Amino acid sequence: MTGTTIAKAAGLSNSDRIRMFRSMLLCRMFEDRVYYLFLQGRMPGTIHQAQGQEASAVGVCSALESGDMITSTHRPHEHAVARGVPVNSLMAELFAKVDGCCHGKGGSMHVGDVDYGMLPAIAIVGGGIPLAAGYALSFKYRKTGNIVGCFFGDGATNIGSFHEAVNISAIWDLPVVFVCENNKYGASTAIEKVTRVPHLSDRAAAYGIPGRTVDGNDVEAVYAAMLEAGERARGGAGPTLLEVETYRFAGHSRSDPGHYRAKDEVTYWKARDPLTRYEAFLTGEGILSATEVADLKASVEKELDAAVAFAEASPSPRPEDCLNDVYAA
Amino acid sequence: MSTLHSTAPENKTERRLTMVEALREALREEMRRDERVILLGEDIGVPGGFGGAFTVTLGMEQEFGHERVLDTPISEAAIAGVAAGAALGGLIPVADVQYGDFLFLAMDQLANQAAKMRYMSGGKLTVPMVFRAPVGATTRGAQHGQSLEAFLMHVPGLKVACPSNPYDGKGLLKSAIRDPNPVIFFEHKLLYGSKGARKEAGGMELVVHVPEEEYLIPLGQAKVVRQGSQVTIVANLLMVHRSLQAAKALAADGIDAEVIDVRTLVPLDEETIFASVRKTGRLIIVEEDNFTGGWGAEVAARVADACIGSLEGPIKRVAAPDTPVPFAPVMENYYIPSVEKILAAVNEVL
Repeated sequence: MTGTTIAKAAGLSNSDRIRMFRSMLLCRMFEDRVYYLFLQGRMPGTIHQAQGQEASAVGVCSALESGDMITSTHRPHEHAVARGVPVNSLMAELFAKVDGCCHGKGGSMHVGDVDYGMLPAIAIVGGGIPLAAGYALSFKYRKTGNIVGCFFGDGATNIGSFHEAVNISAIWDLPVVFVCENNKYGASTAIEKVTRVPHLSDRAAAYGIPGRTVDGNDVEAVYAAMLEAGERARGGAGPTLLEVETYRFAGHSRSDPGHYRAKDEVTYWKARDPLTRYEAFLTGEGILSATEVADLKASVEKELDAAVAFAEASPSPRPEDCLNDVYAA
Repeated sequence: MSTLHSTAPENKTERRLTMVEALREALREEMRRDERVILLGEDIGVPGGFGGAFTVTLGMEQEFGHERVLDTPISEAAIAGVAAGAALGGLIPVADVQYGDFLFLAMDQLANQAAKMRYMSGGKLTVPMVFRAPVGATTRGAQHGQSLEAFLMHVPGLKVACPSNPYDGKGLLKSAIRDPNPVIFFEHKLLYGSKGARKEAGGMELVVHVPEEEYLIPLGQAKVVRQGSQVTIVANLLMVHRSLQAAKALAADGIDAEVIDVRTLVPLDEETIFASVRKTGRLIIVEEDNFTGGWGAEVAARVADACIGSLEGPIKRVAAPDTPVPFAPVMENYYIPSVEKILAAVNEVL
């Protein structure tokens, strides 16, 4: 399924492509930076990182419009970056500071900002899928023409809330695209050990909706599939189950070295790294030169330097701020 | 007919409504008032159907259509999650489960999602939704008769209402719909009233005056439904009526009991309860929930903390025993707190 080239999507200009590439760079380099900050003990909490899944986050989010909404998971950093939540506020949230996107009440597993089209991420596996359906119902009821992009992992397809939410979205033709990022493992458990169907998109048939599996390490293939599913949803024809085949290079969480994965499997996927793949495509097509790629990376580094400085300078919440924001007045 | 308990203001033109009629009127008024209000649940708007398990939404789809009265699959996690998601998206969903017992199927969506989205967003989001749930033992056995107030009361971010009569039911439901937070709205099956298609065996024939003009009852205000000086009895839902019956019997023996209907558990109107206990010096709490960890335990703890100097006897809790709800009517009658058990508790502390 996963190749090494890029299936050029129709309708993308070269500047679109450069924007998508930069967004992927920002996702990857954000995650790498966060990883080192954790190793240095400069951030509290835990992290679930998504290096290797940039084509999914960026491909999906590039097919969304400004009023659309995404829901995310316990592995949300790249979704947030790709959706355009400012990296300053993301970094500050990871540093548990007041200028974080959740003012220090969310943390890594709940980053998000509705002002940028992302609900706080939901860290209960599958728990965000019914919320996505509900948000889509509000779009349909208000006739906004918007859609919800609902991210979840392969592991979420075996929990009841997935079934209930996909079914109710199907019967009501809700404007939502269910994006299953199949990165092959739910924590350390391989998906094929816990699931009989060869493709998770096969499950769409059970709900009477289209299901499709795409090469999740090809950003343009993901973009094109999301655009098509999104147009279907916007047009009132209901949801699609989009299985995005990808791989996380990192372990499940910060303490997981990933010993349950065979070396040659990791090697296989590293050879299909969505970022180097897209870079090779863009330079091969003459869309970017090597110098321009280097300049982009330098500009992303600079943006991340600034984000870390912003986050470190931001004040901590007062301890008693924990008492606020339980109820709306 | 409960003349014991008419909390409505005096009015020359009596409009005597059952709980079902009053709740339906609240829904209708709020739906007319605000287009964002939608209903969703199982069997709520099927033409020729029931209007929900207890007829509260009967006929609503005729006025508001199926865009606003949404029949769901049997899918409680989806009902609760869709309600929360739609609330985040700017609607005001009023969802229901057919029996409160089914809330357990929806608990992730209620306790982890609806209750916490505001907090996790750092105060940016609101989740204005109502989740209606019938409770109370009514010869349906262990999975259709539980009282779940304490479970939901324990979750920060949720509000909990539990009206004892049609007047309060209407005013509280309207307030719940206008509240920007998720409100769990408990209704007791024996208080729905005996009119209509789903007459409830053993139900109280409870009809009270519900005025034509609009009124709201704020969440967080208990009501002293009987003034008294010697002992305070705090109760909710059906137990308010049993407590009033007990108070009447006590009065015949020259004992002057005050009865407080908590009306909402979150927010809890501590001040009304504390003021009463400071006056009477004695407290009995009556609830239909299982004894251990029931809401009465919370009230007892707070009163013990705040009013210890005023207490002239131990705080007594009259609750169901720590068993599942039994089926056999003789066992169920034993299980549900009775007037006799309330009287026994009062006699122990006086």
